[in-house]
Amino acid sequence: MGLYDKIFKPKKIVLANGKVVEEKASRTPLILLLLLAATIVSVRITGFSLTTIFTRGNQFFVILGQMFPPNVDYIGNIWGPLLDTIKMSLLGSFVGSVLAIPFAILASANLIRNKIVLGVVRVFLSIVRTIPTLVAALIATYIWGLGTMAGTVAIAVFTFAYVGKQLYELIETVDMGAYEAMEAMGAGKLDAFLTAIQPQVLPAYLSVCLFCLEGNVRYAAILGYVGAGGLGLILNEKIGWREYDSVGMILIILFGTVLIIEALSHYIRKKLT
Amino acid sequence: MKNEIDKMYEQEPKTWYAKLLAALIVAVLMAWSMSAVQTGSTGGDGLAVAGRIVSGIFHPDTELLFNFTTSGVAYLLLETMCIAFLGTIVGAILSVPLSFLSAVNLVPKPVALVFRTFIMAIRTIPAFVYGLMFIRVTGPGPFAGLLTMSLCSIGMVSKMFIESIEDLDTKILESLDAAGCTMFQKIRYGILSQLFPDFMSTIIYRFDMNLRDATVLGLVGAGGIGAPLIFAMSAYKWNQVGAILAGLIVLILIIEVFSGKIRTKLARG
Repeated sequence: MGLYDKIFKPKKIVLANGKVVEEKASRTPLILLLLLAATIVSVRITGFSLTTIFTRGNQFFVILGQMFPPNVDYIGNIWGPLLDTIKMSLLGSFVGSVLAIPFAILASANLIRNKIVLGVVRVFLSIVRTIPTLVAALIATYIWGLGTMAGTVAIAVFTFAYVGKQLYELIETVDMGAYEAMEAMGAGKLDAFLTAIQPQVLPAYLSVCLFCLEGNVRYAAILGYVGAGGLGLILNEKIGWREYDSVGMILIILFGTVLIIEALSHYIRKKLT
Repeated sequence: MKNEIDKMYEQEPKTWYAKLLAALIVAVLMAWSMSAVQTGSTGGDGLAVAGRIVSGIFHPDTELLFNFTTSGVAYLLLETMCIAFLGTIVGAILSVPLSFLSAVNLVPKPVALVFRTFIMAIRTIPAFVYGLMFIRVTGPGPFAGLLTMSLCSIGMVSKMFIESIEDLDTKILESLDAAGCTMFQKIRYGILSQLFPDFMSTIIYRFDMNLRDATVLGLVGAGGIGAPLIFAMSAYKWNQVGAILAGLIVLILIIEVFSGKIRTKLARG
């Protein structure tokens, strides 16, 4: 920011030994000004108003209040969709994580010297990552019809993009010494990768996959909203019928499931590292 | 020499049975999950639909894409950005007290546990349920979307905040103490300067994610680009879908590049 320094001259400080040092003017006012401007524009466009929150905020708790006490009798109808949700996230995460491996290798600058391949694969990964999961699920329902298949595909796509990016960043930070030694001894690229790089990245890779799985269980519950199977399906139905006590029950079961899966994956991840 | 290598080999921990067990568990889980792969009836050939989607995405509706009125892609993207921006800020503000109260190095463990469970409960409720609740408060529109985004951000943002609070280096506070600093100075130079870059980095990252997740809001009429996108999809207007997706993807890519640059700058100081 050469221009900024020209407008706001750096402060000159004369040290005790006569040396002059320059302290550049702080950028904070400029950043604050920009943030303030962005906030004002956003408030205008979104119609944000604190008074509405304070005067009508209690309305937020109306539906929440109707969820309690939850409808315990409904619990029998939840297990099926819940298992569907878990299956969708397991399979989707698995497929996505496995598919991500070759792409991540092709996107690692320390393994692939070809700039064009690197660029193409990386741009592809970024573009896939920008597709919102919900949109992927919607498109999938048009291709595979309503059902869990669409949800599985959407989760696989999301996992693929996320794990792919994390994995190539992992591969790029490994210690290349062993790999180069293997290559110098005449091993092929695949052999060298499997023996020198795979052991270095495997624990972190598995940990990323598990982390993704945790999030996917939560995502899978939303996907049902667009007809992609699982808990979201009955959630949407019950919201439509305004049976909020059943909605409360579904949410409690989902909460318990997420809690268990997170505890499990947290335990395994701790073991891995 | 040869013997030494053999010895080292023998010392290698024998973990093949653990690996086999893990592989077996994964295989069983996958086989079990396969039963979930059921396709419904599409009311047409899936491949043909896929072809139309792809061709729509590559031939976006340019009229919609370069329309600068309130129904054009540009305005919708601006609205989405505003929702994500304010939503992230409000969410971050709400997360600060929550994360201080759940950091185990500041409060007793039971208290931290209670607040952590509370944060998890906030995270579990899906975005569209929040959307419905907030529409009761504000009526449909971007304001409801903003509030939804802010609640959805709390989970991940406070998780990251907690991590940075727990990583605080308390030695700095001790040395400030030794230098005779007041409480205010200790907070200003000892705590804020440690937390600020981490917090900013988290907030910027979350802004990225919120921009991506903003399409969910369209489902319940909470503003942003989601609603037109979903309407266009259910009306099979793939050219419009292509236009909206193209705009969204370009915006997200640009924001990602910028936020990545700012975040690496923050990390390096």
